[in-house]
Amino acid sequence: MTAAFPFPAIVPAVPELMLAIGGVILLMVGAFRGDRVAPVINGLAIALLILVAITVLYLPPGTLTTFGGSFVVDDFARFLKVVALLSSAVAIAMSTDYFAAVNHEPFEYPVLIILSTLGMLMLVSANDLIALYLGLELMSLALYVLAAFHRVSARSSEAGLKYFVLGALSSGMYLYGASLVYGFTGTVSFDGIAHATLQTSGIGLIFGLVFIFAGFCFKISAVPFHMWTPDVYEGAPTPVTAFFSAAPKVAGMGMVMRGAIDAFPNVVDQWQQILVFVAIASMALGSFAAIGQRNFKRLMAYSAIAHMGFALVGLAAGTEEGVRGVLVYITIYVTMTLGAFAAITAMRRDGRIVEDVADLAGLARTSPAMAFWLAMLMFSLAGIPPLAGFFAKFYVFLAAIKAGLYTLAVIGVLTSVVGAYYYLAVVKVMYFDEPAKPLEKMAYELKIVLTVAAALNILFFLYPGPLLESAALAAKSLFE
Amino acid sequence: MNELLQDYLPLVIFIGVAFVLSIGLLVVPFLVAHKNPDPEKLSAYECGFNAFDDARMQFDVRFYLVAILFIIFDLEVAFLFPWAITFGNLGAFGFWSMMVFLAVLTIGFIYEWRKGALEWD
Repeated sequence: MTAAFPFPAIVPAVPELMLAIGGVILLMVGAFRGDRVAPVINGLAIALLILVAITVLYLPPGTLTTFGGSFVVDDFARFLKVVALLSSAVAIAMSTDYFAAVNHEPFEYPVLIILSTLGMLMLVSANDLIALYLGLELMSLALYVLAAFHRVSARSSEAGLKYFVLGALSSGMYLYGASLVYGFTGTVSFDGIAHATLQTSGIGLIFGLVFIFAGFCFKISAVPFHMWTPDVYEGAPTPVTAFFSAAPKVAGMGMVMRGAIDAFPNVVDQWQQILVFVAIASMALGSFAAIGQRNFKRLMAYSAIAHMGFALVGLAAGTEEGVRGVLVYITIYVTMTLGAFAAITAMRRDGRIVEDVADLAGLARTSPAMAFWLAMLMFSLAGIPPLAGFFAKFYVFLAAIKAGLYTLAVIGVLTSVVGAYYYLAVVKVMYFDEPAKPLEKMAYELKIVLTVAAALNILFFLYPGPLLESAALAAKSLFE
Repeated sequence: MNELLQDYLPLVIFIGVAFVLSIGLLVVPFLVAHKNPDPEKLSAYECGFNAFDDARMQFDVRFYLVAILFIIFDLEVAFLFPWAITFGNLGAFGFWSMMVFLAVLTIGFIYEWRKGALEWD
C-alpha cells in the first residue's frame, strides 16, 4: 500500500531542525543540572545560533520548497534568517551581565530565545496561512514569557500580561482574516490565493486582507496597533527589550513582505492604501510622542514605532526596489538598536539600574568612549549622513518616489526631521549637561556590541556592497 | 466558489438549529414554568447547607498549574485517537510525526518534573 503522505524533503528545514533539537537538548541539560550551568548554556546557545546561521548559508542554492509547498527557502528567507539568528545571538550575549547584576541567572532565558528564533525562521519561510500562524505563535509565546521574565518585578509581570492579552487578540484578528480569505479563495497557500484573486477580489476577501494586516501590524508595532510597545519595552528586563527590538522585528517585517507580495500581488491597490496609512501614522506618532519621554527605554520604543513606519514606506511602494530598501533598512536598524540597547543595559549607578535619559548627563566627561559611540548611534538613528541610518532611509524613500508615492516620501522626510530632535537631545544631555555621578564601568561584552554596532554604522558608506547586493538578491527571489 | 459554500450548508443549518434551540430553552421557562418563590428556594445552595462563605475566595495557584498540565495531556489523547484510527493510511511519515510530537511532550514533562511543578507540599 502506498502512503498517502510520503516523507517530505528534509534538507530545506535542516536549520530549523538543528535549532529545535539543540534547544531541546539545552533545556534538558538545564533541567538536570540547574541554574548553575546557565553560563555554559548561554555560550552553547550562542554557538548554536551562529552554527545554524552558517548552515542556512550552505543550504543548496535556489528556491527550495517542502512540506507540501507550505515551507519555502529562497534568498529572501535566507537573508532574513541570517539577520534574525545573528541578532538573537547578540541578544543572548548582552544578557549575561544584566542577569548577574540582579542575581538571577536562569538557564531558561537562552532556551526561550532559541525557541522564539525557531518561530521566526518558520515565519519567514512560511508559504501558506497556517504555516505562517504556526511560526507566529511559536515566536510570540516565547516572547510573552520573556517579557514577564523578571517575575518578582510587578512591572515585568505587567508587561508580560499586557503583551500576552493584546498579542492573543491580534492573533485572533489574524486568524479571523485568514479564515475569511480561505472562505473566499478556497485555499490557504499563498500561490493559490494569488491565483484565485487573479480574476475576482470581492469585498469579503478585502475584509480578510484588512484583518490579516491588522494582525501583522500588531507584531511589528505599527500604529494603530502600537499601544503595547512602550509599556512592554519599559517593563521587560533591558536585555529582553533589546531582543524584542531586533530579531522579532526582522521576522515580522519578513512576514509582512511575503504576505503582501506573494499572497496578494493582485490586490496591490488595496493593501497599498493600508500600508501608506500605517506608515504615515507610525512615522508621525513615533516621532512626536517620543519627544516627551524621559525614560530611555520608552524613548527607544517610540523610536521603534517610527522606524517600522519608515521601513513600511519601502514596502508600500510594492516594488522589488522597495523590498530591497526594507531589507537594507531592517538590517541597519538591527545594528543601531542592538548597539543603543547595549549602552542602556550598561546604565547602572551604585549597583542600581537606571534608565532615564537624564542619568546620562555629562557622560562625555565621565566615560568619553561610551558617549561617543552612543552619540554616533543616535546620529545614525536620526538618519544623518554619512552614517548608515541615512542610507537606510534613502533607499526606502527612493523606492517610494519611484513608485509615485510623493506625499508619503515627503511626510517621511518631515517626520524624520522631527525625530532628529529627540535623538539629538540625548546627545546634548551627554555632551553639554553637568556631569552626574559617573555610571559603573561597562561589561566587556556590552562594550564590544556597542563599539562594533557604532563602527558598522560609521563605516557602512565605505563598503555598502555586500549588504546591498545580498538584499537585492533576496528581493529578487521574492518576486519570482 | 458556490460549490465550496454549498459544502458549508450543513454547518449553517446546524448553527441555526443550535441558535433557535438555545434561545427557545432560555425563553420557554419564563412563559410556562410555575413561579412560586420562597426564601429557601432563592438562597444559595451548597450540598444541603447554607453557603459557608463567599465563593470568590483565594485558592492556591497550583490548582491552575495542575489544570494546565492536565489540558496538555488531554489534548495529546485528543490527537492520538484520530491518528490511531487512520494509522493504516498514514505510512511512515504519519508514524514519525506522532512520535516526534510525543517526544516533545515528554521533554516538556521531564522539564516540569525536574523543576518541581508536580510536587504539592
